[in-house]
Amino acid sequence: MSGKARLYIPRDAGALGMGSSDVEYALIAALKKRNIDAEFIHTGSRGLYWLEPMIEVATSQGRIAYGPVQVGDVENLLDAGMLDGKAHALRLGKPEEIPFLKRQSRLTFARCGIVDRINLDDYRALGGWQGLEKALSLGPAATVDLVTKSGLRGRGGAGFPTGIKWKTVLDTAGAQKYVCCNADEGDSGTYADRMIMEGDPYTLIEGMAIAGVSVGATKGYIYIRSEYPHSIHVLQRAIDRATAAGIIGANVMGSGKAFHLEIREGAGAYVCGEETAMLDSLEGKRGQVRAKPPLPAHKGLFGKPTVINNVISLASVPWILANGADGYMNFGMGRSRGTMPIQLAGNVKHRGLFETGFGLALGEIVDDIGGGTASGRPVRAVQVGGPLGAYFPRGLFDTKFDIEAFTAAGGLVGHGGVVVFDDTVDMAKMARFAMEFCAIESCGKCTPCRIGSMRGMEVIDRIVKGDRRDDNAALLAELCDTMKFGSLCALGGFVPYPVMSALTHFPEDFGLAAKAA
Amino acid sequence: MPSYESWSAARGAEIIAKEAKQDGATLPILHALQRAFGYVPREAVPMVAQTLNLSRAEVHGVVSFYHDFRHEPAGRHVVKLCRAEACQSMGADDLHKHAQDKLRVGWGDTTPDGRVTLEAVYCLGLCACAPSAMVDGKVYGGLDKKKLDALIDRTVRAS
Repeated sequence: MSGKARLYIPRDAGALGMGSSDVEYALIAALKKRNIDAEFIHTGSRGLYWLEPMIEVATSQGRIAYGPVQVGDVENLLDAGMLDGKAHALRLGKPEEIPFLKRQSRLTFARCGIVDRINLDDYRALGGWQGLEKALSLGPAATVDLVTKSGLRGRGGAGFPTGIKWKTVLDTAGAQKYVCCNADEGDSGTYADRMIMEGDPYTLIEGMAIAGVSVGATKGYIYIRSEYPHSIHVLQRAIDRATAAGIIGANVMGSGKAFHLEIREGAGAYVCGEETAMLDSLEGKRGQVRAKPPLPAHKGLFGKPTVINNVISLASVPWILANGADGYMNFGMGRSRGTMPIQLAGNVKHRGLFETGFGLALGEIVDDIGGGTASGRPVRAVQVGGPLGAYFPRGLFDTKFDIEAFTAAGGLVGHGGVVVFDDTVDMAKMARFAMEFCAIESCGKCTPCRIGSMRGMEVIDRIVKGDRRDDNAALLAELCDTMKFGSLCALGGFVPYPVMSALTHFPEDFGLAAKAA
Repeated sequence: MPSYESWSAARGAEIIAKEAKQDGATLPILHALQRAFGYVPREAVPMVAQTLNLSRAEVHGVVSFYHDFRHEPAGRHVVKLCRAEACQSMGADDLHKHAQDKLRVGWGDTTPDGRVTLEAVYCLGLCACAPSAMVDGKVYGGLDKKKLDALIDRTVRAS
């Protein structure tokens, strides 16, 4: 090593949770003791959470990663020559050569974990703001058309074509329009929104600014759940810097167009991830679901035309603008175009974010990329798409990660969370938990969700106790049918997915005989 | 450990006035009140209602709808344990029973000495670092009984 040492410390909530700031303090103290001048650069996470805290060092061979580094490893690592990228049991080599990263197609997450997350020069140096510049030169109609042609569909779970939504708002007259970013990422097993907000917040800001200047909205809100204080903190600093630099604000990049951004904090209600409940919450009301129509694109926030998109949908737009619709269309399969950040979570060996084109088989994701369970026991069930997503048994592992294929298999891709369970899981308990969660989080507006979830818990309890099992199983199926078709939104409407998939694929956990195939 | 002011109507009015100018001000006001006092004091509800030209019932409805807003002060430390599926897949249920036995409280309860409030949370976005927890706003992942014990002991000792 010559001159000043450069160390990259991941500071997103996941890395912090694994102890990255403690390791940073230990490094600072140890380097001071050795009289070594060092610079610490705060990045997001690369998304290889089983290797966090993953510390990178700038060397003559490029960046070299070490992980998972604990406080007790610091002296030993420095003795071994970590600052020169030398050998050690924790040395991972060049991060981009780690197979889990190398196999990915990182478009939306291209910069995440690499850049100083709030450094504007870093962002620009790696292609930042090219999408916004392109949108300003193309003008609204052509920009919206390009987003439509890219095939981008909402990454929050519903999969609605983003460009069509934007076009509706563009074509709706209104003196005031809004762009609302749904960052109420409450699905268990998902953390892609959090990772991008804490690792590359300018990508989201750029995506929102593109949406704003394209549809004619001058104000944007980002609704972030209160469980994500780190996201709120990082994104606020990024908004302040982007505004001070004139990239957003009264005159977006000197275009004469205004786009102001503001963060609003949620207050612990899962249902506010439903877009109309989020609008009510932003307006200062109870987060209750609205009946549609009117569509938010016509009458949304404060009754004005509003674009509502998920964080990842918006964060995908800058790449699409900068690289073209065809470039994005080339990834994916069927009607699911582009890339999806698959989030491997729970009891899986390689826990992390894997951005790739749609179309991998579920088994490939879990066994091959995920490496099986963290516990070393056999994989028994996988829940895809959050707490309202279906449980998949091994028998369905050939299902392709594609919105239509998952629907056909009785499940949903949702926001891309994949939670793995080993053979110790009790699927009747998981089914009951789904109903319990729905009861806790129901907004209370519609009866099937509010009451159905309570009755659902009771019926499952009766089945497990052995009280007229077959009759009660039939009753549960009927109740799920009512909830699916009678609920106002996806909370009550989708909770039948985990419940019925557990009952169908794992009847033995309910004390029921397996159905003949 | 967070420290809070004790309730005063004058301070409450000041906080409300500061936040009231924005569109859809109810949640920002309630968050600001809770940040200052540690909970949303009952006395503040009619003041918020008057400022925003809402009925008291409407404001109460908002306060009671959201899990975050407290009606009374919490313990000196708040331990939130994630109960969601990803954490369950890594043994969170056993861990939670262990924590409840150790602190001798259930979900939402505060220890009799007022030191710790134990709460369930449904996902901290640390699903790749399960089981996870948030203690006084700091996040912790990859927990087991030993690590959680140490964390709770450290937290309790700090007060």
